[in-house]
Amino acid sequence: MSGREVDLQAANRRTIRRLLWVVAGMFGFVFALVPLYDVFCDITGLNGKTADGPAEAVMVEPDLSRTVTVEFVASVNENMPWDFRPTRVRMQVHPGKMYRTSFVARNRTGQTMVGQAIPSVTPGLAATHFRKTECFCFTEQKFEPGEERDMPLLFMVDPALPEEIEEVTLAYTFFDKNKLLN
Amino acid sequence: MSTETTHDDHHGPARGLSRWVFTTNHKDIGTLYLLFSLLMFIVGGAMAMVIRAELFQPGLQFVEPQFFNSMTTMHALIMIFGAVMPGFVGLANWLVPMMIGAPDMALPRMNNWSFWILPFAFTMLLSTLFMDGGAPAGGWTMYPPLVMQTGNAFPFLIFSVHLMGISSIMGAINIVVTIVNMRAPGMTLMKMPLFVWTWLITAYLLIAVMPVLAGSVTMLLTDRYFGTSFFDAAGGGDPVMFQHIFWFFGHPEVYIMILPAFGIVSQIIPTFARKRLFGYSSMVYATSSIAFLSFIVWAHHMFTVGMPLTGELFFMYATMMIAVPTGVKVFNWVSTMWKGSMTFETPMLFAVGFVVMFTIGGFSGLMLAITPVDFQYHDTYFVVAHFHYVLVTGAVFSLMAAAYYWMPKWTGNMYDEKLGKLHFWLSTIFVNVLFFPQHFLGLAGMPRRIPDYSTQFTEFNQISSIGGFAFGLTQLLFVYIVYKTIKGGEKATDRVWEGAEGLEWTLSSPPPYHSFTTAPEVK
Repeated sequence: MSGREVDLQAANRRTIRRLLWVVAGMFGFVFALVPLYDVFCDITGLNGKTADGPAEAVMVEPDLSRTVTVEFVASVNENMPWDFRPTRVRMQVHPGKMYRTSFVARNRTGQTMVGQAIPSVTPGLAATHFRKTECFCFTEQKFEPGEERDMPLLFMVDPALPEEIEEVTLAYTFFDKNKLLN
Repeated sequence: MSTETTHDDHHGPARGLSRWVFTTNHKDIGTLYLLFSLLMFIVGGAMAMVIRAELFQPGLQFVEPQFFNSMTTMHALIMIFGAVMPGFVGLANWLVPMMIGAPDMALPRMNNWSFWILPFAFTMLLSTLFMDGGAPAGGWTMYPPLVMQTGNAFPFLIFSVHLMGISSIMGAINIVVTIVNMRAPGMTLMKMPLFVWTWLITAYLLIAVMPVLAGSVTMLLTDRYFGTSFFDAAGGGDPVMFQHIFWFFGHPEVYIMILPAFGIVSQIIPTFARKRLFGYSSMVYATSSIAFLSFIVWAHHMFTVGMPLTGELFFMYATMMIAVPTGVKVFNWVSTMWKGSMTFETPMLFAVGFVVMFTIGGFSGLMLAITPVDFQYHDTYFVVAHFHYVLVTGAVFSLMAAAYYWMPKWTGNMYDEKLGKLHFWLSTIFVNVLFFPQHFLGLAGMPRRIPDYSTQFTEFNQISSIGGFAFGLTQLLFVYIVYKTIKGGEKATDRVWEGAEGLEWTLSSPPPYHSFTTAPEVK
């Protein structure tokens, strides 16, 4: 083998090594995007995701001069055989004041089932200003056959909610946790 | 004695089937890629015929809605990963070593692998047509949760995408290493033919984004079978995240399918205009800019998912910015033709057709980039018309142009000019009959990916279907022309075209099995 060919082989190997690093790096980057995406959504409140756990009950001066309409939507995922509805569809609330409402769910089947409610707030920018101190969505809900239950929700709309938002929709979707485990 | 035998092996191709299975020769592998691409083009085209037949009339005529959706999904996967991408890789295999004065690709053994993975990948993908639950029908974009409803075909879909990705990454690494390390003395980067330049940039794009696709489909796989919840809202995941990750791959992928086409056209137009390419270095910079911009515009595919205003604006402006380097390229091609002594042989016809019709696709892309307007156009036939103009009259026309331009070099025989011209004119007329009415359908609100439609869309759909059948049949003429050229014909000269410039034209037609074993001197 001539010197030029040896040089070429070394150069090729060096280039391949670098390119393989890029491939490995990009493959890792996709998986790194998952937590990054969550962090990004948490910080910016994009995507209508609310906090996973209860918000601290803070005492703020209620802004009685401002009224915000809060609407509640309840639905079940795919073929989940539960009934699910809000007890009140619409509420007029003052930012900074704590309110209580509830949702009713019923397991129509003859089996014990576990469900998980996933919240979503529209408009997305309102998500970080929607403080839930108590919610059935923080934990999995186990329902006996035919059981019907009233599940409370304690919430407050933050006075820091941008001025232009007059209506906030909170939507819950119940997912079948059993199906996920199977 | 044994060394003598080995020595002989190096001089000519082996005989029979094993020549093709074990070959490490860039010309053989290039041929394999190109023939495979042609085969997939016919298979994917047959699926398009099913789609157009069903859409000839409103109501359900020939196929079940589920099968119809399989057809759209499989048509896209096969055309993108089976026809267009391997077509360009085949051209790169044949041409890059000959254009830069290298004896072969840098990694010949890996080259063999990257091709032979593909038949397995597509056998797996096509076998899903015969499975319980049918072939994948959730769209080639594989959005969850819909894709999760795929039946037994699901793991086959995922693993065939993995194989295609591995093949592309290996091919791309090979091309980069070849171009970076194996150029003939004197062949500086800025002297490289533009086809080599565009492929260098395309290969970098492939290396950067194919792992992203592999990662995202791996997440789909674990979501379905291993209880993870990357995209499952019930477990805290987010289906919209898939769209972000997918299009982070998907948009650069779009340019992977068009940058080599830019390179081809930049080789052909100067030849038949008998002038040097106008603005060579601006072409190189424009290609690089397009490649860079492709990484920051992905969300224009998903304007309607509910992004904040700032996001919509950013992606809108970034997308529109791509029109600037693309415009530079179009103007350079036009300037190259300006006052040239042009002749219109078949490759030139396809290249000029590319410039005109790709630009139509570019303009409808600009319309789609306008966020508020996109809310109306999203998921309508307007989008279908747009990407078929850039992919069929763009990428596929460039592949046709390349085939006619270099086929005399590859085979040593001239193709039948009369039939070539006939192929061009029939293709051009019917591709417009096929896709132009789809703009109107989209603007009138016809959604894509549906087997049935409201009756007011009937006329345009019928026109489109007639164009589709005629365009499909015309491509059989191309298959015949290729066959005829391989079989024989008027002998081609070494230079083939009067105005052709570049190292590949200094070789004989067909070139020797091993070319440039001693590097040529480039002045």
